[in-house]
Amino acid sequence: MIPEIGHFALALALALSLAQVVTGLWGAHRAEARLMSATAPLAAGVLIAVAASAGCLVWAYVVNDTTVLNVVQNSHSAKPLLYKISGTWGNHEGSMVLWVLILALCGGAVAAFGNNLPSALQARVLAILALVSFGFLAFILATSNPFQRMWPPPPDGQGLNPILQDPGLAFHPPLLYLGYVGFAVTYAFAVAALIEGRVDAAWGRWVRPWALAAWSFLTLGIALGSWWAYYELGWGGYWFWDPVENASLLPWLAGCALLHSAIVVEKREALKTWTVFLALVAFGMSLLGTFLVRSGVLTSVHAFANDPARGMVILGLLAVFIGGGFALFAWRAAAMVPTGVFAPLSREGSLVLNNLLLCSIAAVVLVGTLYPMFADLLLSEKISVGPPFFNLATLPLAVPLVLAMGFGPVLPWKRARVFPALQRLWWAALAGLGVLLLCLAIAGERIGPALGFGAAAWILFAALADIADRIALLSRPRAAWARAKGLPRAAWGGAVAHAGLGVMILGLAGMGLATDRLALLKPGESTTLAGIEYRLVGLRDVQGPNWTARRATVELRDAGRLVTTMEADKRNFAVSRMTTTEAAIHTTLLRDLYLVMGEEREGGAVLRIHDNPLAPWIWFGAAIMALGGGLSLSDRRMRVSAPAAKLARGGEARA
Amino acid sequence: MSATTPGARPAAPRRRLLLLAPLGVAAAAGAGFFAMLRGLGTGSYDPKGVPSALLGKPAPDFALPPLEGADRPALAAADLRAAGRPVLVNFFASWCVPCVIEHPQLMKLSREGVPVLGVAYKDKPADALGFLQKHGNPYQRLGVDLPGRIAIDWGLYGVPETYLIDRGGIIRWRWAGPVTEETVAQQLRPLLKTHA
Repeated sequence: MIPEIGHFALALALALSLAQVVTGLWGAHRAEARLMSATAPLAAGVLIAVAASAGCLVWAYVVNDTTVLNVVQNSHSAKPLLYKISGTWGNHEGSMVLWVLILALCGGAVAAFGNNLPSALQARVLAILALVSFGFLAFILATSNPFQRMWPPPPDGQGLNPILQDPGLAFHPPLLYLGYVGFAVTYAFAVAALIEGRVDAAWGRWVRPWALAAWSFLTLGIALGSWWAYYELGWGGYWFWDPVENASLLPWLAGCALLHSAIVVEKREALKTWTVFLALVAFGMSLLGTFLVRSGVLTSVHAFANDPARGMVILGLLAVFIGGGFALFAWRAAAMVPTGVFAPLSREGSLVLNNLLLCSIAAVVLVGTLYPMFADLLLSEKISVGPPFFNLATLPLAVPLVLAMGFGPVLPWKRARVFPALQRLWWAALAGLGVLLLCLAIAGERIGPALGFGAAAWILFAALADIADRIALLSRPRAAWARAKGLPRAAWGGAVAHAGLGVMILGLAGMGLATDRLALLKPGESTTLAGIEYRLVGLRDVQGPNWTARRATVELRDAGRLVTTMEADKRNFAVSRMTTTEAAIHTTLLRDLYLVMGEEREGGAVLRIHDNPLAPWIWFGAAIMALGGGLSLSDRRMRVSAPAAKLARGGEARA
Repeated sequence: MSATTPGARPAAPRRRLLLLAPLGVAAAAGAGFFAMLRGLGTGSYDPKGVPSALLGKPAPDFALPPLEGADRPALAAADLRAAGRPVLVNFFASWCVPCVIEHPQLMKLSREGVPVLGVAYKDKPADALGFLQKHGNPYQRLGVDLPGRIAIDWGLYGVPETYLIDRGGIIRWRWAGPVTEETVAQQLRPLLKTHA
């Protein structure tokens, strides 16, 4: 019964979203206030229906309803409750429901908090969002029904892929989808602006917080996924340039460019066409990722079980949303007139440079990701584009980006001069250069890490210099505290996010110095890596809730002093007959000591030991970046979405 | 960039063209994706498949040293044809977990008389030897590819990977990943029959 209610609720949401599309677009077109005022309640209705449906699916998982095919294929009664719930979105059908639920939440938020928007703009935005959810609801109902029944029911389910049974991965998809779907809102704003043929500061004020929120969630989602790969897959790496990873990086890069260019629209009413374009691209990249992961056109360790029929439907959705968006762009974007004028050397100019570099990096990643597929299709050649290409091609773009991101925040709007900027930043530049030279002097041949440490020092000190300058720390130190309190949160957020990237680059550079060793140890034997002695104490069997494991206990000693005892597992999941490795990681402020257990033989076990300097800082840096985004979002000026004066200028739309 | 051109201007043809560019790129990519999906259905596009350049072609030439202590002769390209019947070439390594999973299938095939030839890929000879002593040795011949050189010619994705070579030394089948019971039953046995 409950699954049928869930199924019905999905169909209801489909009908409601269609109604929302019609009332929004038609109402705004005919300036019918009554029709337009129906869009917000309809958005609430869609939200309630989708939430009810998702609730029914979670219920089916929690009670382990084996008459539901999706539960049988992906769950098992012996699974801990957390993974029963997270298993709901650990498969294609359920993850699509989560996708639509988050989209409905965004629609609900625009409906609830968008009262201060011009009503035609709000109606159109809601209509576009409803169109997106209509497309995906139709996709779910037509090809991926999560409530499909199964009769006769098997005694129990087949279990969730054990490597997905992990707290990190339980929250990875929701965060990622919050990011992807957040860009649906900026997309809806872009399309609405194209329909109206107008972009103004008020529009920028609305788009920026959404871009910022989506970007922050995406940052967290990607970082969580990378952290999971690092500790769960047991390869000791954190980023593999896998096509599916790239698919999440692309909207992040486009979104990063978008949230910067939206500042220019808001403050200076320039870069309008470009910002609209980025808003289309950011969501387009999210959809492209969805297509790549679920259609079966590429192979990846992360891809869902896929089928070409589904791929066709997603491609159709892509054609409607991306193709439609770009067609509208080609037709209408020429109407957008920039009003703000600026010199190349200015805050705007630096943000343009930021956008060009971010988009170039995105283009490199996109080409590298798609090239093997198209080479296969057109030239029948099997090529794999791997980390060497991506590292080599993105580095020359990342270096000027890092240089520019230090300068950007200290430049004034409209027109800047070189000398005052240098005056503010000379010591940060000196610090970066000093660190670079010091690293080169210590370890001459390793240019990558040295460059990383230098860049990190530059970014961190430049962010510090920016804040110090704004609160006049050096010129009037007494009033600095008061000024710091009065400084807008957006300024703090920007500096914190930039510093977060600096911290992350520190971690990346540290990982460039990582070392590892493979050793066959019998109990009692030991090996040494990076000055730490690893002694295998013993091997034993362990019983978990739904797995059994062989566990290696290893003692770590630094110059005879016991540092810690680590336990690395090789787990065997009986239901799915899979073996996973659970790396043991000892994290300190300065390094990760990382231990993986390999096979056993001759009474001993093969241990892979990694010494990863500064590794935790990668994810710590990402968290700081997201925190910076959150800090910006909490700025009062973001919540008061548009001042009255700006609204009055866009008066005709409200009539 | 549009923003640097001050004031309102009627859209120049070049700007129009620029604004059309995203649509063009997206349409081209969309057509490509469409062709890929069609190809997935008909089998002409397969991201997991063999390099089409190697399927139906003779196996690349190579000669590998033997695994000391394994009591098996070394492996060279000529040995692939010498058996007078189809042979399996299996790339494995002691450090690879899926290799352990597929090992029973290789043992079973070997007991049934299917010639299984092994390449120890990027594996220290002592480790490879220990692996075979622990799990059994299904291989008639064994080569050691410590630097992973011949793997490049074969276009290896990783280990384990298994190839079926017919009597004439032509590559007929490739399997990237562990050979399971289903793989043997559904793919390998029919192929062994057709090429027997």
